[in-house]
Parts: sequence; C-alpha cells; structure tokens
Amino acid sequence: MRTLIIAEHDGQHLNEQVARAVTAAQHWQQPVDVLIAAAQADGLAAQAAALQGVSTVLVATDAALQHPTAEHLAALVVPLAANYSVVLAAHSAFSKNVLPRVAALLDVNMLSDVIEIVNSNTYVRGIYAGNVLATVQSSDAKQVLTVRASKFSAAATGANAAIQSVTAPAAPEGSRWVAEAFNKSERPPLAAAKVVVSGGRALGSADAFKDVLAPLADKLHAAIGASRAAVDSGYAPNDLQVGQTGVVVAPELYIAVGISGAIQHAYGMKDSKVVVAINQDPEAQIFKIADYGLVADLFEAVPQLTAAL
Amino acid sequence: MKALVAIKRVVDYNIQVRVKADGSDVDIEGVKMGVNPFDENAIEEAIRLKEKGIVTEIVAVTIGAATHQDILRHALAMGVDRVTLVETANSLAPLAVAKVLKAVVEREQPALILLGKQAIDDDAGQTGQMLAALLNLPQATYASQITIAENQATVVREIDGGTQTLSVSLPAVITADLRLNEPRYVKLPNLMMARKKPIETLPLDSLNLSLTHSVQQLKVAAPPERPAGVMVKDVNELLSKLRTHEGLLP
Repeated sequence: MRTLIIAEHDGQHLNEQVARAVTAAQHWQQPVDVLIAAAQADGLAAQAAALQGVSTVLVATDAALQHPTAEHLAALVVPLAANYSVVLAAHSAFSKNVLPRVAALLDVNMLSDVIEIVNSNTYVRGIYAGNVLATVQSSDAKQVLTVRASKFSAAATGANAAIQSVTAPAAPEGSRWVAEAFNKSERPPLAAAKVVVSGGRALGSADAFKDVLAPLADKLHAAIGASRAAVDSGYAPNDLQVGQTGVVVAPELYIAVGISGAIQHAYGMKDSKVVVAINQDPEAQIFKIADYGLVADLFEAVPQLTAAL
Repeated sequence: MKALVAIKRVVDYNIQVRVKADGSDVDIEGVKMGVNPFDENAIEEAIRLKEKGIVTEIVAVTIGAATHQDILRHALAMGVDRVTLVETANSLAPLAVAKVLKAVVEREQPALILLGKQAIDDDAGQTGQMLAALLNLPQATYASQITIAENQATVVREIDGGTQTLSVSLPAVITADLRLNEPRYVKLPNLMMARKKPIETLPLDSLNLSLTHSVQQLKVAAPPERPAGVMVKDVNELLSKLRTHEGLLP
C-alpha cells in the first residue's frame, strides 16, 4: 500500500510543514504520495516533487480549489484513499479542519497531533494540554492522522518525483468561501521560527506590546508570540497565541516576557530547546520550565537586552 | 429554529492531572469536573441567538454516566431549554461520539448544531467535523463570530495567520473557538430552577448503533521533565549564558 500526505499551501508556496510530514511518512516504508489541491498547481507540484522521499505528486486543479472548503477537499481525498493505507498531514488549522471529515467518511478513527510514531499503528500523542503522553494503538485498516511538525525534521530537497494529475470533484454545495484576512508581517511564521519572543498580560497595552517586543524580535529575527491573556486583553492579534488552543511552537530559543506560564501556555512552548523567562514575579510558573530565568521589570530588562545584542 | 448543543464533561481546566501509578490511565478520581470550556462558548452562543430571536429552542446533549447530569444542569441554568443524557458507562472516541450525536440530530432535527472546537481532555478536535461528515452537512470550525440570516450562517473562523469567513447553509455544524464569546456566569436562582427541570435519559443501547472501538490506549505517562533551570541576576549574565549555547545568539 501507499501513504498519502495532504499538502497545505497558500497558492504559491508549500507550507514548510509538508516537508516534515514527508519525514514522518517514511515510518511506514512504503511509497509516499503528496496531494496538492489548488487553482494553479504547477509551481506547487514542482516544490513537492523536489522533496526527498516523495514518490508521486498528485495534482488536482480546479478554480474552486483557490479557497477549498473542508467539504470539497474531503470529496477529493476520500475516493483517492482507496489506494492508501495511511493518510496524514501536518497538524495545523488547515488539516484539523479537513482530516476528521475524511476519517469519518472512511469510517475510521483519527489520531490528532501525533508526536511520535512508535510503529505502523501505534502512536504517542499529548492529552490534557500536553501534561500526559498517551500511547494509543489504532486497529483501523486505514490510519488517518496529523503529526506535530516540530517533532520531525524537514525532508531534504533535490529529488524529482513524478507528477500526476487527478480529477477534482465538483465543489459540494452548502458552503462557500467569502473572505480571508491575514495579519501581514515581515517576521518569520510563528510555527516555523527559530526564535520566538512572546509577551503576556504584564505588557499592559497593545502599544507596549509592540514597542517593547518588536525591537528585540527584530534583532533576533524572531517571530512574536503571545499568551492568551495578552490576546484577550487586545494587546496582540489572535493568531499570535501560543498554547493549547493556539499555535504550538518548538523554536531553538523561546523568550517569555511577562508571561505567568499557565499550563495552557506551557503546552504550546515547552518543547522549545532553550526557554528564557523574564518576569517580575519570582513565583511565576514559567520559571519552572525556563532554562534561564530573570526576575526583573520587563520594561527595563527587555530594552537592556535589545541594546546589548 | 432549533439549536442542538453537544457538551462534554471534563476535568476542570485549572487542574493539572496525574497519571495512575500503573500507567494505565489518568487519575481523575475525586477531581473537580465541569463543562468543557469550548462547549460553554457553544452554549452561550446558542443562548445569545435565542435572545436575538433567531433560535427558538435550545437542546443540550451529553454522553456519559448518570454523574454527567451535573453539566446538563449547568447548561439548563445558563438558559438551555431541554437536555438529554445519552447514558453509557464507556468512554467513546470522537467517531463513536459523532455517530451517537448523528442519531440525536436525526431525532431532534435542529437547524443549527453547535459544539466546542475540542475537548481539553483528549485534545482531539475531531467530533464536530466527523458529525458534519456523517450528516453530510456543511461545517464551520473554530468560529469566532456567527451571523445568521435567511437560512445561512456567515462564520468568521480562526485560522493560522488570520481569519477566514465562510457562508454555510443551514442546517450546519459549527464548532466554537474561545474567542466566540464570554460565557455568562450561572446565577444561584437559575441553578435552583435548573434542579427542578427534567433530564431526558436515553440508554446508548436504545439508539441501536454499532460502534467500533478501534483505538486503544496502551499506556499513559508524564512527559519528560525539563531539567531545572538557573536564575540569572541581570541581563548581562543572561546574555553570556545564551551565548554559550552555540548559535543561539548573534
């Protein structure tokens, strides 16, 4: 049998996590195909075909796939799944929306946000906000799963896989894409950044959030993240939230500024290689997971740090 | 229109659970339980739609043991009209939950089906999408804003890097993000009143479903602890420590 990866992209670039999903897919030691559904797929197909370990790139093109609904993607994937024993994607808002729909239509269970593939049907995944690791085994004939990309290295490029077109089904009625609004940023994407500077409620305002954190992030070429408290207070947009209900990051360096370190936040960053916490409260939970802790007023310490870099 | 809200009883979000000594499962004996936070957002949204005159009746449903009645009482106290407990001693995986909910939806015929986007215990985030698939209905997940007009729901969804707006025809399945609303506090008189309201109980067997249990939990473990960190006295010491981590800083 074969393994199918559902590729996420923005119309021009494959999401960086696809290359990581390709690495995860090698565990089954069977041919790995990557499915690209897009309005225009030539460039995307070439990017996927270059990934080492990809056997065939399947391309479905249709104008309606410019902004595909979960219903449309599921209608595309389900018939293809007959040829596959494993269907997987990197865990993201995109795949979380589509894959459970696919799994239900295939009448199989799904495993979300797998952090380790033990064998061909046994996985480790976090439960209770990552405070418990559960080893689970699925006896379904088809394995449908999402993998946490940060736990797998990116497949190298330089390959030249075959590209094959597949028929896109008509878009199902009942659901229509209306609009999208992205928070434009020159910074690296949060989920893929090597350095993340995150702010919490202690920043006190949206202006302070930006004025204090942005210069430090600029110097470090870092992405900016936020705690839920900072997002709920309106200091930072929703999509910067790191945690159980936001983005899970695992950068080389995570600098938590004015973040208390609630379990929901820790879930999203505790796999970072090095964690630095700057907080005025020596009792803050964040110091329990920090490699380096500095008890200080962030409004003094962060500018000092920025100036010294 | 009728709204159905599916809710789950989970360990309170403030509690850090422990694993049992034999690693067989999480120890939740005697731990404080409550409505899954995202499900509370779903209940709140249904109530707000009722207050706007769009929804006429709200039915809440949960699946579990008789002890799960407490969250149905909570839903009643918030403002839900009717509640149903699908009673079973087994814990069900999202696919089985979706199959049970499908049977309830077919019985109730709601125009709007609301769920939380994920439960904070299994963190699966699958049930709403699976239910929509089984019912062959449109889905709108991670909703942070819902507007209903003329049998269409316009839903703003939280996605990576921003938001997306979808228009779905009703009936549809919508899953709530935390950002959707701020759930109301339950007032004591409402809780007293909710105690007197009937709870419909449906034994799971009465639904005649064939549910497969294809996922087995082999063991659970605490994640590896991060080694204890060090406290530094100032920014200079912090910088010198970080610079000793090769490649970490310029």
